[in-house]
Amino acid sequence: MSNHNKPVKSAGSSAEEIIEWGESHEMETCFDRADRLKPCPIGETGACCRVCHMGPCRLVGKNAEEEARGVCGATLATVAARNFLRMIAAGTSAHSDHSRDMANTLLAVATGETTDFKIKDVRKLYKVAGILDIEFEGREVNEVAKDVAETFLQDFGRQNGELNYCKRAPEKTQERWKKYGITPRGIDREVVETMHRTAVGVDHDPDHLLTQGLRTALADGWGGCMISTDITDILFGTPMPIKAEASFGIFKEDEVNMVVHGHEPTLAEAIVEVGSSQEMIDYAKSKGAKGINIGGMCCTANEVLMRHGIPTAGGFTNQELGIMTGLIDALSVDVQCIMPAITQLSKKFHTKIITTSPKAMIQDAIHIEHDEHHPNKTAREILKLACDNFPNRTKEGSHISEKFPLIGGFSDEYIEYMQGGKWRGSYRPLNDAIAAGRVRGVVGLAGCDNPRVASTGIHKYIARELIKNDVLIVSTGCGSAACGSAGYLTPEMALENAGPGLREVCEAIGIPPILHLGACVDNSRILTIATNMAKEGGLSDEIGGMPAVGIAPEWMSEKAIAIGVYFAASGVPVIFGGESPVGASKEVTRIMTEVWMERYMGAMHFEPDPEKMLAMALDYIDKAREALKLRKYEPGKFGAERVLMDMAARRVITPHAGVGGINDAER
Amino acid sequence: MSKLIATAAINAAHGLFKTAEEMLDKAIAEKGKDFVFEFPDTAFYLPQIYAMTAFPVKTLADMKVALEMAREMLHDAPEDTLWKPYLGEALDSGMATLFCEEIILAMRYLNGQEPATDPETGYVYNGFITDTIQRNLGIQLVDGRMPGFAAIIGAAPDDDTAAKIVRELQEKNILTFLSGTAKDKNGNVTNVTQQLLRKGVELGWDTYIVPLGPDTEHTLYALDWSIRASMIFGGNKPGDYKANLKYTKDRVFAFALVLGELDDVKWSTGAGAINFGYPAICDTEVPVIHPTGVCTYEHVEVELDHDKIVQRAFEVRGLKVTVEKPPIPVSYGPAFEGERIRKEDMFIEFGGQRTPAFEWVRTKELEEIEDGKVVLVGTDIEERYKAGGRMPLGIVIDVAGRKMQSDFEAIIERKLHHNINEAQGLWHMGQRDIVWMRISNQAYKDGITLEHIGTIHNTMTHNRFKSIVDKVQVTLYFDEKDVLELQEQARANYKERDHRLAGLTDESVETYYSCLLCQSFAPSHVCVISPERLGLCGAYNWLDCKAAYEIDPTGGNQPIEKSTVLDEKQGRWEGVDKYLQSNSAGAVESLNLYTIMDNPMTSCGCFECIVAIIPEANGIMLVQRGHTGETPVGMKFSTLAGTVGGGTQNPGFMGIGVNFITSRKFLYADGGIKRIVWMTKNLKERIAEDFKQRCEEEGVPDLMDKIADETIAEDSEKLMEHLANVGHPALEMDPMF
Repeated sequence: MSNHNKPVKSAGSSAEEIIEWGESHEMETCFDRADRLKPCPIGETGACCRVCHMGPCRLVGKNAEEEARGVCGATLATVAARNFLRMIAAGTSAHSDHSRDMANTLLAVATGETTDFKIKDVRKLYKVAGILDIEFEGREVNEVAKDVAETFLQDFGRQNGELNYCKRAPEKTQERWKKYGITPRGIDREVVETMHRTAVGVDHDPDHLLTQGLRTALADGWGGCMISTDITDILFGTPMPIKAEASFGIFKEDEVNMVVHGHEPTLAEAIVEVGSSQEMIDYAKSKGAKGINIGGMCCTANEVLMRHGIPTAGGFTNQELGIMTGLIDALSVDVQCIMPAITQLSKKFHTKIITTSPKAMIQDAIHIEHDEHHPNKTAREILKLACDNFPNRTKEGSHISEKFPLIGGFSDEYIEYMQGGKWRGSYRPLNDAIAAGRVRGVVGLAGCDNPRVASTGIHKYIARELIKNDVLIVSTGCGSAACGSAGYLTPEMALENAGPGLREVCEAIGIPPILHLGACVDNSRILTIATNMAKEGGLSDEIGGMPAVGIAPEWMSEKAIAIGVYFAASGVPVIFGGESPVGASKEVTRIMTEVWMERYMGAMHFEPDPEKMLAMALDYIDKAREALKLRKYEPGKFGAERVLMDMAARRVITPHAGVGGINDAER
Repeated sequence: MSKLIATAAINAAHGLFKTAEEMLDKAIAEKGKDFVFEFPDTAFYLPQIYAMTAFPVKTLADMKVALEMAREMLHDAPEDTLWKPYLGEALDSGMATLFCEEIILAMRYLNGQEPATDPETGYVYNGFITDTIQRNLGIQLVDGRMPGFAAIIGAAPDDDTAAKIVRELQEKNILTFLSGTAKDKNGNVTNVTQQLLRKGVELGWDTYIVPLGPDTEHTLYALDWSIRASMIFGGNKPGDYKANLKYTKDRVFAFALVLGELDDVKWSTGAGAINFGYPAICDTEVPVIHPTGVCTYEHVEVELDHDKIVQRAFEVRGLKVTVEKPPIPVSYGPAFEGERIRKEDMFIEFGGQRTPAFEWVRTKELEEIEDGKVVLVGTDIEERYKAGGRMPLGIVIDVAGRKMQSDFEAIIERKLHHNINEAQGLWHMGQRDIVWMRISNQAYKDGITLEHIGTIHNTMTHNRFKSIVDKVQVTLYFDEKDVLELQEQARANYKERDHRLAGLTDESVETYYSCLLCQSFAPSHVCVISPERLGLCGAYNWLDCKAAYEIDPTGGNQPIEKSTVLDEKQGRWEGVDKYLQSNSAGAVESLNLYTIMDNPMTSCGCFECIVAIIPEANGIMLVQRGHTGETPVGMKFSTLAGTVGGGTQNPGFMGIGVNFITSRKFLYADGGIKRIVWMTKNLKERIAEDFKQRCEEEGVPDLMDKIADETIAEDSEKLMEHLANVGHPALEMDPMF
């Protein structure tokens, strides 16, 4: 921790150390820029309209909600809603375009156009095929995979009907979507329609606009994100618990440090594979290194951490700091959340920045385009470049040794398994634990880290407080990176810091109190987890009404907005940190909280105060418990309602209920 | 903490896998991979492996395949720090343990080492539990006589504690399995079986105490037994492991009492049992697993107080046992019914052709009798009793009640046998005027008096027939003169009752009864019971059901209004169909009571015998539960039973009660008893008298001689030869199809 009397920029102690080192060496980071460049107060709250060139119009002033108008006459509510919708569309595009590439990769593998990858998880392929009503028994694996890929690809360009995966949701959740007309059709169609409706002079009713926003976000969650997660599992394996490490200490002094950064798993998978080949290790040795150390950043890191235990240097705000260690020989980036600042910063070190996506180039970076049919070739080229750069490493940089071990790799499938094994796996134990008051509720801790606050600090605060309050956390993306870099993703964390009920559950299963589910695109896993909880019975029979909350305390990306809205549309109250991007309009705020809650049992709040965030989350959880008539949460007091069964009671047990299904007699 | 348990379970699974592999490889080397193995009298191969995977292990080579399945369930033990989750892995290791134990025990059978013999006492353990025993117990499982199951693993700190715990379980009607060993408080390795033997406790199925074997691995036999219940009674398919394990969790109220220290194999076997939903309650300081979900409540619990351990186990398993016990100075309950009293242990006896004796239930008006009164009539009763030996005994039980009907006298009377037998140290056999009773020396020492006989009948008649009986008065006659005189009156009454019963036909009543007792185990099965067709378990006839309904209008026997006849010959009624549609969990749409060919009755699994069609003979065969030989359809009873149970309709196959064979409605639509071409000798003897009468009625007095049995034919070819030789009438009848 810093001993100075100046504001902390990052809540990560080693991050703060690097920041200070950077300051003393006159190197600028996002933290400095954030200090210098305050957010535009009009744009920040959604009051700036720039959808046509009569403006930009600032809808400000006294009684702006009632009186302010744009040149065209647009109200503040219209403008705020439109701006918000465009964020949803952008976020949805990001996940879904990534997802489309995944589907294309699956197709290329299935048709043999690429031979570098194989279907690694046939069981998951069959599971997905089953959901998609694709015959799989007795067929060639690649035939099935081809049908799966093509079926998914239809979801992007689908014009009518609904997305394939909508049917995965609990029936009551689907009914709500149908009732209010937010069942998504095609992913691209929803995005295009959103862009159309938010163009000048089209849709102006804030509620009507926001309804389309929900539909677009659902196309993201139950389309883009979920498809991406599943295809990635099929191609590279469904994650299972795995050990890894986090923070800057993962870089090695005597090995080639090859870092993958961004969001896509495909090239990173190839880099991991090629990077562990003897040929490449020998090459590294020929350059004076002892080997090749692959590390990650942001969500590409999460993808390869979940499946290979590749260590992570942390989330979004760590990318510049990583370079400032002076230890990164090559930083390969793909898409999303890559600060363009890194190329300029890297010039002060030997670090090579390599852009790889045909969609994303940065001035002064080396561009080695990812050949999706020959990923290993690209990977080899990048790794060679990293090895070649190793001899150029100097002593310059803020060397950090701190790192934390962690357990990651919690897929929905494994979470089911861990609660009963191959034969008895189900969500019954979790639902039981919630009903009995051992676990107060579940929070999805997600979203970015942000230099506008003491970065990762709110994640850490919320995480600590929640587990102390017996709330089980599932985390993704930079939320996971924040917790991992703080040493929170260990089973010991439960024994030392969780409330007594949560501790018992973690101890029984052997889990950390925070389950790392993967990248931000893997927030879809939270949807399937919530669905499984609903289907298991005993709590709510839809996603709405569960003692569950989503929190993105340090969000900054439009993707986070898309994710938040798809959770709200699915029935989860969501709390975002920071200023509200619709804060200028009371009406839009009201719709997104009260109206959405009434219709979808979800809501979207923006709350900058971490303590209030926490209180709001616990309040939602306790109210949901009360509505479900669950035992009132009291720390340290829990236990199942015991019903002793005589013979008459046993005769009326519902026959043929699903495994673990609670029945009336048990209730 | 639970990590210790997981570590133990995971490690033990590796060890057991290795043992199983070595034993199996040795057997294959000696006997060849195609060597056929089967456990005694089961149609379920290696039942645990079969229920989970649907893979039928028939040969040693098959066993090798099954063992490989177990290998896939082995995992690494969790590390000391930064461990990965271990619960799922530990439970898988538990399942692997059960697979390996099943193979190890099979190998021991193969080597002639099972059932095991206790080296100290020569006591032979039960070993594998056969399908026959399983089905024999069917009705007890559902009527409350066996509401739960305990597996005691290890040893109590001393013999007295062992006896006390087991006695308490017996009094609560819990069937107890014994296995494993542990150190007692003096550090000697022993087990509960040896401890009970030392205390002179009678062991066996009849007394609800079943020693399976001296090793922890023998616990598998109990699990093998319970998983078969799911397939036999629950109608769940092999391989549908989710359904099978949900069945055991929801319906088989079993738990483990682990006495003494635990080793890794105990933990891994316990982890296997947790897959079934069976928790473990330990009497030593071990880690607990309290969060619920795989089991209904706690998974592993500690109770150090042996006075509380049984009660704690009930709570942990969610088991409710209501026991009604008369005020007598000995233990009481069905677990004591099976006790025998040998001559040298006997203090006094009544009846049994040695002295005149009878028992008789009479209906009286309410004001004629005094409730709870026991009257002893005779000279020098006290002195004669104290002297022991034998005495005449006439028991007259007068009952009165607003809902009492004379039809119920026989029902109440049939329970007198159980009333007496369930008392520890009292033994009863026969009924009416052929009764035989004994009181043991121990029971006499414990303070049993002659008056207690009346007290037992008084209390239990009230308990069993609550809303029928308002007053019960018992008079016991001890003088030969009185007994003989009253016996004559009783006989006249027996005769009258029999006549009345004979006149009771399906046509003479408007109401049949359902029997849903088995739905606690066979959720989609409904027995339809008419005056001329008793329940397939043989335990419930129409009058029983009628009385049961009077006793408990919301209980397991419900009236079914026959309503419109839809098919007189086949025995189909609108009311019956309607009832079944709404009470069989959608399994049965329509029922024909008098045929096996078209929508026949379903079975729960505890049928007394099976009727099966032999197409080439144009007739049917009958085989009873417990017959282990081949039958002309090419299947043994145990295999045949697998195709009949579980609440499904299987034209051509049906489970029935033995007495139904001599009913006029037996396969009435198919041609009746003339269709019987084969039945076991045992059955022939059991029904001989009534069958003879039925043959005469049907105009085929020599039918019994024409029916083949196992001494004549055990296969179709020989059977056909025999039928042709004797000119069996079935050959001339209309085709069954």
